[in-house]
Amino acid sequence: MDNNILDIKDLKVNYITDEGTVQAVNGLNISLKKGESLGLVGETGAGKTTTALSVLRLIPNPPGKIENGEIYFEGKNLLEASEEEMRHIRGNKISMIFQDPMTSLNPVMTVGEQIAEGIEIHQGLDKQKSMEKAKEMLELVGIPKERSVDFPHQFSGGMKQRVVIAIALSCNPLLLIADEPTTALDVTIQAQVLDLMNDLKEKFDTSMILITHDLGIVAETCDKVAVMYAGEIIEFATLEQLFTEPKHPYTKGLFGSIPNLEEDVDRLKPIRGLMPDPTNLPKGCTFHPRCPEAKETCKKREPVSIDTGNSHMVKCLLYEEVSQSEGAK
Amino acid sequence: MGEPILRVEHIKKYFDTPKGLLHAVDDLTFDVDKGRTLGLVGESGCGKSTTGRVILRLLEATDGQIHFNGKDVNKLNKKEMIELRKDMQIIFQDPFSSLNPRLSVSEIIAEPLIIHNIVKKSEIGKEVSRLMDVVGLAERLVNTYPHELDGGRRQRIGIARALALKPKFIVADEPVSALDVSIQAQILNLMQDLQEELDLTYLFITHDLSVVKHISDDIAVMYLGKIVEKASAKELFKNPLHPYTKALLSAIPVPSLTKKRDTILLKGEITSPINPKPGCRFAARCNYAMDRCFNEEPEFKMVEGQHEVACFLMDK
Repeated sequence: MDNNILDIKDLKVNYITDEGTVQAVNGLNISLKKGESLGLVGETGAGKTTTALSVLRLIPNPPGKIENGEIYFEGKNLLEASEEEMRHIRGNKISMIFQDPMTSLNPVMTVGEQIAEGIEIHQGLDKQKSMEKAKEMLELVGIPKERSVDFPHQFSGGMKQRVVIAIALSCNPLLLIADEPTTALDVTIQAQVLDLMNDLKEKFDTSMILITHDLGIVAETCDKVAVMYAGEIIEFATLEQLFTEPKHPYTKGLFGSIPNLEEDVDRLKPIRGLMPDPTNLPKGCTFHPRCPEAKETCKKREPVSIDTGNSHMVKCLLYEEVSQSEGAK
Repeated sequence: MGEPILRVEHIKKYFDTPKGLLHAVDDLTFDVDKGRTLGLVGESGCGKSTTGRVILRLLEATDGQIHFNGKDVNKLNKKEMIELRKDMQIIFQDPFSSLNPRLSVSEIIAEPLIIHNIVKKSEIGKEVSRLMDVVGLAERLVNTYPHELDGGRRQRIGIARALALKPKFIVADEPVSALDVSIQAQILNLMQDLQEELDLTYLFITHDLSVVKHISDDIAVMYLGKIVEKASAKELFKNPLHPYTKALLSAIPVPSLTKKRDTILLKGEITSPINPKPGCRFAARCNYAMDRCFNEEPEFKMVEGQHEVACFLMDK
């Protein structure tokens, strides 16, 4: 287990608001090996972004609070690191690509300066050398270096996202967290950006956590997939396992909800109901009110994550019972 | 083929901008048959929403004709237009900004009923409950306000409001783009059910190709104010002919491991629609562009059966 670059153990994050405590992340476990790409899939409010921000210790406090857990990065618990240490890690060893390229760049700095800033701080280069490196990074993401003196508003959405990628990769991070990196982009531009990210990831052997709601993107970029629901990982498997044999009813529901390009389906099979209120999560399995296979016990007993074979982890009582009854024989 | 309920001929919409004339919609001609769904796909800025709005006369067309049920929409006076609005409605993309935050759910749905005097005052409440039931909104939400509801429910309000006037034709402008997949599927199913029950005709505008394939009978692909290809949904996905359509289809990430396709990567990004150069609009990004493409504009013509394409490659 020593070659894990990231180990998140039993992470619990709450947001304390006037309306109540939002349980954003509830006992989450993730481990990631070097060079591996993990897709973190789930719908709005599942806790994907909160998980990512916890790793960087960027949860706004208040209202957010990491209540419990350990996050080991290169063997060190980030939750115990000092603010000074964190500053050396952020943007350097772990960097993040945010969802919205329109708002994640500084509008009053040229893109060159914005890329150079991180390089200067983390790699101890002087201004001129950092700027040179910044120009190299621009070329790497397919933007002519002459444009380094331009401001973000002079770029299109796809190009802005390339700039954000250049910033994120400028210090050659060990771990890249990409939060819906292509959601704001058109499909043909999305294809360009995903292609670029795949190339660069391989070139630098970077590990990646890709947060997305699009299973199609996961299929094209990730090695492993974690499906999140109401702050928990309800299924964790390799890409192949998840796509050939999804086990959790929620994962199956997600696949049923996507209009299929390859086959003709007359009607979609949506998951009934809505995401639960995070200030008042259902008892037992949090998915039971929407689950087509829910039984009486699901309302009372909270499932634990179990291995259904070959490290395919599922958090569902259906599979617990199977393994128990098998054990009884 | 049924008879067309909507016939659009050579519509154009230009916007005057400080930088020049923006050709948002440039000479579109198409029909939509009664009870069918025409999907209008394209990337941001290609003019799909403008097209929808021009058809409803929420924007005045610069040129061209729109025939709805035999009436020339652009020639109607204000009074006749109000009358026609009952038949043509729109569902907007963003369920967060298209609902008045100061009106309750029942007030929002009742508003068109009151304006058009559809039902007696005493029966408005009953009609609102009926509409809420049709779109699957629980009775208890009748006095809530939009901010208390999630995106899926808000979009259901938008649909109920559009249905209130018993329209024949609905422009659905990215109705599911702002929603999560599981909710998106619920709304798509609802729209299909309503179409069957009420014999509705849809112009379904979206950038999401999997959604458009699922819901449409026919699909028109737009690029920079032009329709570059139009065919039945099945035909378009099986046999895309225009290089842009091919690239667009290949760029969709498919949630499947077995059907890996080679993505055709396009160079560059959509060029500016302000004072566009002569020639094919797609030429600058096209992998097959010839000299001719930069000088002449390809004609939009029938290639085989009901498959129309605007590309010189088809001339061979």
